[in-house]
Amino acid sequence: MMDAKVISKDKIPTLLDDLIERFHVWAPMAKDDLFLFDRLVSGSEARLDVVNTKLSPKKAFFPQSEILLAFDRMRIEEPPAPEDLVLFGVRPCDAASLLVLDKVFRTSEFPNPYYSRRREATCLVGIGCNTPLQTCFCTDVGGGPFHTPGLDVLLSDLGDRYLMEFLTEKGEQLLGDTPYAENASDSDLADKERVVREAERQITPKANIEGLSERLDGLFRNPVWGFLSETCLGCGVCTYSCPTCHCFDIVDEAEGSVGKRFRIWDSCQYPLFTHHSSGHNPRPSGSARMRQRVMHKFHYLVENVGILGCVGCGRCIRNCPVSIDIRQVLNRIMDN
Amino acid sequence: MGNPYRPYPAVIRKTIDENDAKDIRTFRFAFRDEDAKEAFSFRAGQFAELSLFGVGESPIGIASSPMDRDYVEFTVKRMGVVTTALHRLETGDSIGIRGPYGNGFPMEEMEGTNIVVVAGGFAFTTLRSLTNYILHPDNRDRFGELTVIYGAREPGELIYKYDLDRWGKRDDIQLHVTVDAGDGNWTGLVGYVPTVLGDVSPSAENAFAVVCGPPVMIRFSLPVLEKLGFPPSRILNSLEMRMKCGMGHCGRCNIGPLYVCKDGPVFTLEQLQNTTGEY
Repeated sequence: MMDAKVISKDKIPTLLDDLIERFHVWAPMAKDDLFLFDRLVSGSEARLDVVNTKLSPKKAFFPQSEILLAFDRMRIEEPPAPEDLVLFGVRPCDAASLLVLDKVFRTSEFPNPYYSRRREATCLVGIGCNTPLQTCFCTDVGGGPFHTPGLDVLLSDLGDRYLMEFLTEKGEQLLGDTPYAENASDSDLADKERVVREAERQITPKANIEGLSERLDGLFRNPVWGFLSETCLGCGVCTYSCPTCHCFDIVDEAEGSVGKRFRIWDSCQYPLFTHHSSGHNPRPSGSARMRQRVMHKFHYLVENVGILGCVGCGRCIRNCPVSIDIRQVLNRIMDN
Repeated sequence: MGNPYRPYPAVIRKTIDENDAKDIRTFRFAFRDEDAKEAFSFRAGQFAELSLFGVGESPIGIASSPMDRDYVEFTVKRMGVVTTALHRLETGDSIGIRGPYGNGFPMEEMEGTNIVVVAGGFAFTTLRSLTNYILHPDNRDRFGELTVIYGAREPGELIYKYDLDRWGKRDDIQLHVTVDAGDGNWTGLVGYVPTVLGDVSPSAENAFAVVCGPPVMIRFSLPVLEKLGFPPSRILNSLEMRMKCGMGHCGRCNIGPLYVCKDGPVFTLEQLQNTTGEY
């Protein structure tokens, strides 16, 4: 890989404007009173200072609602191939979440073409987190505020400039010859080391999950699930805001013979999720659904595809209306 | 890369009302394209998503034998939105079919063994596929004795009566059809499936038992099989779950780490005893 570069912060809007000429570019921006990833019209809209957007950029690959097929009676059409996309300002936790989704959707016996072709058409420019939030716990689940898995380029905030490291050929092709950056010096690299150390120091371990998957194997019938789900409202915001959650429903909408088949996000926290048409429900209670969420992320995914289904972004903690903290949940399970 | 969500167009060639209540109907489909016919190669015990555009999809076990290459059959009970819409269709109408999905029966292991089929009510469908597969002239020699014990609440609820008649005339299948309660015309066995299973007492030696039916039938049949000496590793069950994708992605049909859609729907009792039991 080529050497790192540095780019002055005030050049970022211009750099983005250039990219917008050639690609769809998504970055964190203010939208509907929230900070969300969305398509930039102008480079000045990007908010790289926002540490953690309300929702992860998962929807760029796995939208909340997407058309699987359009039909008119038996004439079926598939949606067109996705546009090339640059995802700019992705945090390392959100980038790591894509590796979980890749295991589910790409390296499956039945690869999901909708997800896979979006992944292939996207270049991810990440940004490290100098000041992690109180709810961040990436370091507890194998990540880190400057980790790079899933990213093509990593930006590190060095005050008035960003260090730009190229991690893949795709990233190098995108930004390697940008006229707005110059070669990084040894002191830039040293500055980054300092920033990384300081950021990691700020995340004090809050969940100890050493051996958690094995422990969960024996806890299926433990009363802990009843206790943990007592305050849960079953609203599902933890799953909707989770960057690794991927459960979905398939629904048709049609007028007459013309319509579309949609894949939409669904949640294991809803009673109808597993409800049979006979009336039988294998997960009839809140505790069974809480158990499913924790088991899926911290045991079943580990067992089936060798990856933890949590990246420590903390969104489920920040968004929970009754302040359920997954770190406390995990600690409680480890104490059991 | 092919799109697994794009169903193969298929035309209804024939429908058969299976029961007196007329809420269970067999649909015989022919794929519209030769390629689809080739691609839809399945084994007994697998299922497919029946796709009604504008209505939705429903996972249904394949009821015809893999040896029947010109058509594929599904026996569908009218239950929810999709199955109700399907029941309104007629010969000549088209739907989509995607699949096949799931593991199906472990035919390699079952070859050379005696097979005991224990079925109740409407859950006979994939076991009927299995039975017809074994009875096919190309396959019959590769299996030992075939015993089929099948029951329903009343004579009018027995499905596949035409198959039962045909099988009853053969000497290479031991067929025991029973009803919980007979009527004036019924001359066959009367009694619950587990009771008949105990009366017939098929040998467990070098045998597989394949059990599918209502939960209460399964609950009382398993101890009988155990008493006859069938080990849990030789008792096969086929499970149903609410599912959407059929590929292990949509997240709702798992029992612990096992997905009914791709790791099942056929499980040995031994496997099920080692699961969380969440089904």
